[in-house]
Amino acid sequence: MASFNLNINGKTQQVEVDPATPILWVLRDHLDLLGTKYGCGIAQCGSCTIHVGGMAVRSCQLPVSAVGNQEITTIEGLSENGDHPVQQAWLEHDVYQCGYCQAGQIMSASALLKSNPNPTDEEIEGSMNGNICRCGTYTRIKKAIKTAAANTENA
Amino acid sequence: MTRIKTSYNRRSFMKVSAAASGGMLIGFSWLNGCVPAASNKKAGLAVPKEWFDINGYIKIGDTGLVTIYSPNPEIGQNVKTSMPMIVAEELDVPWENVIVEQAPLNTGFYQNQFAGGSLSIRLSWNALRMAGATGRRMLMEAAAKEWGLTVADLTAKDGQISETNGERTVSYGEIASKAVGIEIPEEVELKEIKDFKLIGTSIKNVDGKKIITGEPLFGLDFKREGMKIAMIQHPPAFGMTVKDFNAEEIKKMPGVTDAFIIDTTLEEVGMFDEKGFLQLIAIVGESTWPLIQAKKAIKANWETIGELEDSSLHVERLEKALVSGKVQESRVDGNPDAAFKKAVKVIERTYSAPFIAHNTMEPMNFFANVTENAAELIGPTQTPEALEGSVAKLLNMPIENITVNMTRIGGGFGRRLYVNFGVEAAAISKKIGAPVKLIYTREDDMSQGTYRPTYRARYKAGLDENNNLIAFSVKGAGLPDGPIFPKRFPAGAVENYRAEKIGGKTNVTTGAWRAPRSNFTAGAEQSFLDEVAELAGKDPIDFRLELFERAMNNPVGEEHDYEAERYAGVLKMVKEKSNWGEKIPGVHRGVAAYFCHSTYVAEVFDMVMQNGQPKIKKVWCAVDCGIVVNRDAAKNMVEGGVIDGIGHSMYSKLTFANGAVSEMNFDRYQLIRHSQVPEEIEVFFVENEIAPTGLGEPGLPPAIGALANAMYKATGQRYYHQPFATERQILG
Repeated sequence: MASFNLNINGKTQQVEVDPATPILWVLRDHLDLLGTKYGCGIAQCGSCTIHVGGMAVRSCQLPVSAVGNQEITTIEGLSENGDHPVQQAWLEHDVYQCGYCQAGQIMSASALLKSNPNPTDEEIEGSMNGNICRCGTYTRIKKAIKTAAANTENA
Repeated sequence: MTRIKTSYNRRSFMKVSAAASGGMLIGFSWLNGCVPAASNKKAGLAVPKEWFDINGYIKIGDTGLVTIYSPNPEIGQNVKTSMPMIVAEELDVPWENVIVEQAPLNTGFYQNQFAGGSLSIRLSWNALRMAGATGRRMLMEAAAKEWGLTVADLTAKDGQISETNGERTVSYGEIASKAVGIEIPEEVELKEIKDFKLIGTSIKNVDGKKIITGEPLFGLDFKREGMKIAMIQHPPAFGMTVKDFNAEEIKKMPGVTDAFIIDTTLEEVGMFDEKGFLQLIAIVGESTWPLIQAKKAIKANWETIGELEDSSLHVERLEKALVSGKVQESRVDGNPDAAFKKAVKVIERTYSAPFIAHNTMEPMNFFANVTENAAELIGPTQTPEALEGSVAKLLNMPIENITVNMTRIGGGFGRRLYVNFGVEAAAISKKIGAPVKLIYTREDDMSQGTYRPTYRARYKAGLDENNNLIAFSVKGAGLPDGPIFPKRFPAGAVENYRAEKIGGKTNVTTGAWRAPRSNFTAGAEQSFLDEVAELAGKDPIDFRLELFERAMNNPVGEEHDYEAERYAGVLKMVKEKSNWGEKIPGVHRGVAAYFCHSTYVAEVFDMVMQNGQPKIKKVWCAVDCGIVVNRDAAKNMVEGGVIDGIGHSMYSKLTFANGAVSEMNFDRYQLIRHSQVPEEIEVFFVENEIAPTGLGEPGLPPAIGALANAMYKATGQRYYHQPFATERQILG
């Protein structure tokens, strides 16, 4: 067990955990940030995607000891009130079915648009291929990403 | 207006009043409380100080805010939005004033509280309309009494009651307190379908905002003070059980508070009890990660109690079943053997599909708190009533002492019809005497069983000299149950017809998987018919329409399970919408139609070759599900079904070695991903006034046939054995 000071969603949070604990379980079990989901535990499904230093990262594979003082953003901290352009586009297209994977999809999509504000279809597919949606909302996700890109550009 | 008797529901409405006064309905809410959360607050209406129960579906606040309870489990089929829409339509209240809450299991009041068979809307259509109409009528009676008038003197609309020939108006919120205790009317008036204002429009998912902001909604997110976390370890192979394990060592590991073996054997096994692994190792602790570590340190003595099966054995058994297996169900019209002898052209093809897992994105989990006299269960289940029954049996406790509440569910697809994970949670809670949340890892989930059975079917058709289909036979075997529906199409459309459903033996456990059996037969049958049409030199849509003509005008045999006119209707619609006759260079088209779960769907796939790989450019869907309740959400369901059908038929399979599943996680088990889906899916609905049927399943089965048929056009190869993808051939 060791103590870690984490910078999550703009706040410093202290946890006492095994240094090998993936940040996913620190978020879910120790900090009550339950928006980040467990799906596979081996970085194959993307449900647990968060931002670390602005990059999309699979939190199930990132030990808490490797985070250091990098900024972590989870779905709860992506925007103040669900008003990030990606979240708004998700609402507009009523993307979700069961909804379980969508936090991860939104975190991957928002990281993509940050580095590439106007991605092509191939670039969207390349960045999003690590995020599985078992319900099959992929075509809506792609539309929503395009809407978010357009709205960001016009903003 | 249509007047209908409420007598059927009167008794149950009474029952719910009693339940509500006991606090059962109004008391439930596990995170947000009954007062709407900030994100739920509706513009323009204040949060009520007082709520009034009108009936078990409707609660009206003094400010006019209306809570509608959605009775059925929400697994992504969007009933949490569409069921309350039906109530709100008949209550006649603006949707902006409505808040939706998940109802708890209450068999005294709600009927059919399950999510399966695409039945939620179909079975509850009348009950939901009646609930809304009854509420409206009671509010009107209350207003009439206040004003010394009769209900006939009033109109109710948009949450307001007005004197028809007068000035007075009162809002539902203002009159709600007076409606409490009004006797349930003997009969109520339902709206004419043409007068619907809400049904048929597109209403956004009521949980949308919560989903995109990561609010805790799912079973896995549920927390309760003092709650422990538990994990299970099942034997590594079907045919094995646990004898003992290094419990003392495991208990000493950091973060582990207890480790033991549970036995979930029930004396009487129900339809939704999984039968695979009944004795399991359970590990309990305070948080998840240490338990995942402890699972890896388990050293168990597993005992072989049955055959350890391989995938090659499964194929052998299916082949043998097709030759000499026990026929479970069959149908014969005319004389198929004689007709085949007479036929000028005969074609025979074999199709197969492997075991597949459900792989809901949210792995199995459940919360249980078992005390001496009561058990409380909270979590993701498609069948709360079955869970209640199984837990009652396990604990030997009266049903009345068990409560089941439903969280939002991260995917069902049939897996959560089976209740073993809830039963296991109850067994663990009982043993440790504390509330517990059981969590499966993905590996536990994927290797645990309840799979879609593996299937193999042989289709045979005979054409006469004029290329008319004069003989058709199908023999379909499955482990353990065969895939064939003998009364389905083309039964009724072919003079000489034989269908046989055959079962075989396996100890791999299976269950309902989205569109059970149809998820195989549609692909096989529709691919086969494509090949028969080609042999006959006919357009695949015209060929099918000819068969439906026969079934309509001069049906063969006693009865068949479909309405030929509606079946032909979706084919005609998809033909028109997709401009089927039009040839576009480089675009290869495949078609399929299928009827299951009371809904008719036809699909056309447009495929191109891109960098040597087939790519689906567009999917056209024509759907007849009767009245469409929530239009855009209905489209979403069909789109999802199409993608699910493509994904599983292209990529997914489970293989077995010595009774153990070889694919345990998404590194080896492939699910469809972003780059592999169609560029566009367009969904068209047949407009009619038929009571609505389900959409959770029917979009999936025809996608497999249309995919295989389009791939044939694109690649020149027929696809008989799922999964279709090879290393060289994936969807681009």
